[in-house]
Amino acid sequence: MVHLTDAEKALVSGLWGKVDVDEIGGESLSSLLVVYPWTQRFFEHFGDLSSASAVMNNAQVKAHGKKVIHSFADGLKHLDNLKGTFSSLSELHCDKLHVDPENFRLLGNMIIIALSHHLGKEFTPCAQAAFQKVVAGVANALAHKYH
Amino acid sequence: MVFSEDDKRSIKGIWNKVGGHLREYGAEALERMFFVYPTTKTYFPHFDLSHGSAQVKGHGKKVADALTNAVGHLDDLPGALSALSDLHAHKLRVDPVNFKLLSHCLLVTLANHHPADFTPAVHASLDKFFASVSTVLTSKYR
Repeated sequence: MVHLTDAEKALVSGLWGKVDVDEIGGESLSSLLVVYPWTQRFFEHFGDLSSASAVMNNAQVKAHGKKVIHSFADGLKHLDNLKGTFSSLSELHCDKLHVDPENFRLLGNMIIIALSHHLGKEFTPCAQAAFQKVVAGVANALAHKYH
Repeated sequence: MVFSEDDKRSIKGIWNKVGGHLREYGAEALERMFFVYPTTKTYFPHFDLSHGSAQVKGHGKKVADALTNAVGHLDDLPGALSALSDLHAHKLRVDPVNFKLLSHCLLVTLANHHPADFTPAVHASLDKFFASVSTVLTSKYR
């Protein structure tokens, strides 16, 4: 469970409302695949990932980024019960997708960087701290059902 | 870790763009790190860590200057950072996990202030650069 103060909750929802969520999703996933190319191992069926621009323009990456970020956004509405919210996704990532949970932490940091990139000045240290709590909570929730 | 010609171009390119602001960014990255990861403050009990602290500004400048030196010696980071490597191994002994935290905050700061220049390729090269510097600084730990 994440413990955000009321001020942090307000910061998170306020800033989230200001970004183009789909763009954040696409950028976060693309960055993950470009900065940590070994993460491409999960997406061999996505076609051309051979260069940064191929990744950024890849329609499947964008679509998957959108899927992932909308799921993340769902988490933002249930900060008091992240483990419950992500329970079946956790099982899926363990049993079917076989994704090392370290990847959730890497992606969480890519989301932070994308937010910083888009929000500029408003992404203060306080804002970063609040969002870091959220991404850590989501990563832990997604790892919770691993066995 | 090996830097490609593209990596070197990306790193030097953004370093030139940032220019004189780097020292400010060093301080901002430290401030973010202390705030977001409070365990990192344990290495600075002797510092005033409040917002705008002169000590944090001074330390940010030190970190920025060391990184600038490293950018000038991408083909020989162990050589260029040898003295700092000794310092971190024998005197400061900052746990290796903390270098990742500062590196992340440096990336957050650069993305924040230079959105147009912080492309995915530049991001990747910078991440490699900070990881390499971190490896060199912890290389004599044991």
